[in-house]
Amino acid sequence: MHSWDPRIEEMPKAELEKVQYRLLKTLVYRLYSFSDFYHARMKEAKVHPDDIKTLADIRLLPFMYKSDLRDNYPDKLFCAPQNDLVRYHVSSGTTGKPTVVGYTQKDLDLWTTSLARALTSCGIGKGDVIQVSYGYGLFTGGLGLHYGAERIGATVLPTSVGNTERQIELMQDLKATAIACTPSYLIHIGEAAERMGVSIQKDTQLRSAIIGAEPWSETMRTRIYETMGVRAYDIYGTSEISGPMFSECSEQKGIHIWGDIAIPEIIDPETGEPLPPGEHGELVMTVLQKEALPMIRYRIGDLTQILDEPCPCGRTHPRIQRISGRVDDMLIIRGINVFPSAVEHAILSIPELSGHFMIEVDRKGSLDDMLVRVEMAPEALSDKINDLINIKRKVEHTLKNALNVAVQVDLSEPGSLPRFEGKAKRVIDRRVF
Amino acid sequence: MQGEYIIKQISIFSENKPGRLAAIAEALEKSNVNIYAFSIAEANSFGVVRALVDKPDDARSVLEKLGFAVQFTDVIAVRMKDQPGGLHEVAQILGDAGINIEYAYAYSGREAAVLILRVSQAGEAISKIQAAGGSLLRESDLG
Repeated sequence: MHSWDPRIEEMPKAELEKVQYRLLKTLVYRLYSFSDFYHARMKEAKVHPDDIKTLADIRLLPFMYKSDLRDNYPDKLFCAPQNDLVRYHVSSGTTGKPTVVGYTQKDLDLWTTSLARALTSCGIGKGDVIQVSYGYGLFTGGLGLHYGAERIGATVLPTSVGNTERQIELMQDLKATAIACTPSYLIHIGEAAERMGVSIQKDTQLRSAIIGAEPWSETMRTRIYETMGVRAYDIYGTSEISGPMFSECSEQKGIHIWGDIAIPEIIDPETGEPLPPGEHGELVMTVLQKEALPMIRYRIGDLTQILDEPCPCGRTHPRIQRISGRVDDMLIIRGINVFPSAVEHAILSIPELSGHFMIEVDRKGSLDDMLVRVEMAPEALSDKINDLINIKRKVEHTLKNALNVAVQVDLSEPGSLPRFEGKAKRVIDRRVF
Repeated sequence: MQGEYIIKQISIFSENKPGRLAAIAEALEKSNVNIYAFSIAEANSFGVVRALVDKPDDARSVLEKLGFAVQFTDVIAVRMKDQPGGLHEVAQILGDAGINIEYAYAYSGREAAVLILRVSQAGEAISKIQAAGGSLLRESDLG
């Protein structure tokens, strides 16, 4: 294994936790003293910095929410004056006002360091040519990866998004060995190359892809490897925590969260109570050393779990599993939290189905009634009702196991369920409370 | 020659809701497809419409164009005496031979009653029925 910073990345866990505690304590004192917003939040929660006596006391601190950033648009939460800022990024704001993130030079350095460690852990380094096909501009992806790749001494090919044919020509001519982009853009590049008669596997040097900013799956990883000969690594981050920051290592077994940079927690999205490692819930992030826009216990809204056992790669920092969905999408069915992403995962595992589905929720009397419409794969059709009943039972059984709640299943004709371009709206909730 | 007695049935998978059969029937009418026999099997929210028609390929393509999922299934058609005991005779032959009837439907034609069968082993069913003196229909005998 080659680490960017072995001293930090392979630090014994107990020592790492001491570092985290010291950084957390400093952060809390700083915000209590200098952030009007967070001072008021802590007063409200009746917490004083002196109450933080161990790392586990982080749970005493109040949460920060996306709405806090929106309500304080554009820069009222900033803890650094404008003349200390060296950059802004702005999130697209698909569900409301955009949010603005400011960076001091130190913030950019930490972000870049985080990515230098991440890229090195995927086996990328000096000598590699990295095509950065994330958007450059207000979005954090392009510039973030750009600086991270330069830091490790790789050669950056800053293609940004679009003009795919030219991207493929440049990939060949300049012998790109790695690409950073969204999973859907990587698939798009693969398809466009095929139309151009270019085999990514045979006609290019591309061997790894750092992909994120969108949900993707193990199935896609396998498909990318089989069709393009490219090993895909998951990268994670949101603009609020700086941008893409953390990735899988060459083991591809979860995303390392550098403990000196951030503390991840998993909480029950309903109660806000912390959940033990291995349990699935909402990811909450504290970014320890941010100057311009510090984040304490920020409710990102992504769902995952913490993998606490040591990674075979030798790095001691905690890992999170691939993001499985968004809290905003969660349904509560007869008291059980149900995530559409879990339904999707279960349905994709059943070969007799096409993978398309819809969820309909109603209230019958005082009970929630959840119906999952699934679509048959054309090959699985049968003229025998028994075969169909067996498929239906199999779907019911698989969903019951995955969700811990019984749901109704309806088989639909192939091609009959809605197709979505962009963000899918697969849930119809007709309940009135 | 057993193959000539294998008849192509079209099986249409359909959700069980008002208007689906009408849509199927309308499509067949418009492409001038005549239905010799048909049945509907249903379970909760879905069903399978099975039909013997004069132009199975036309029927399949017009239904698929409308988005229906259609398959061909091999069935056999056996002449029965249109009198008490007619069905018993045919069912007994298959039962004795250990051949399972997966489903069946029937119509009463001009000359005889016809039983359409989906069985576990079509080839064996044909030879047993013939050996027992039964009479099978070819696709061209339908109607």
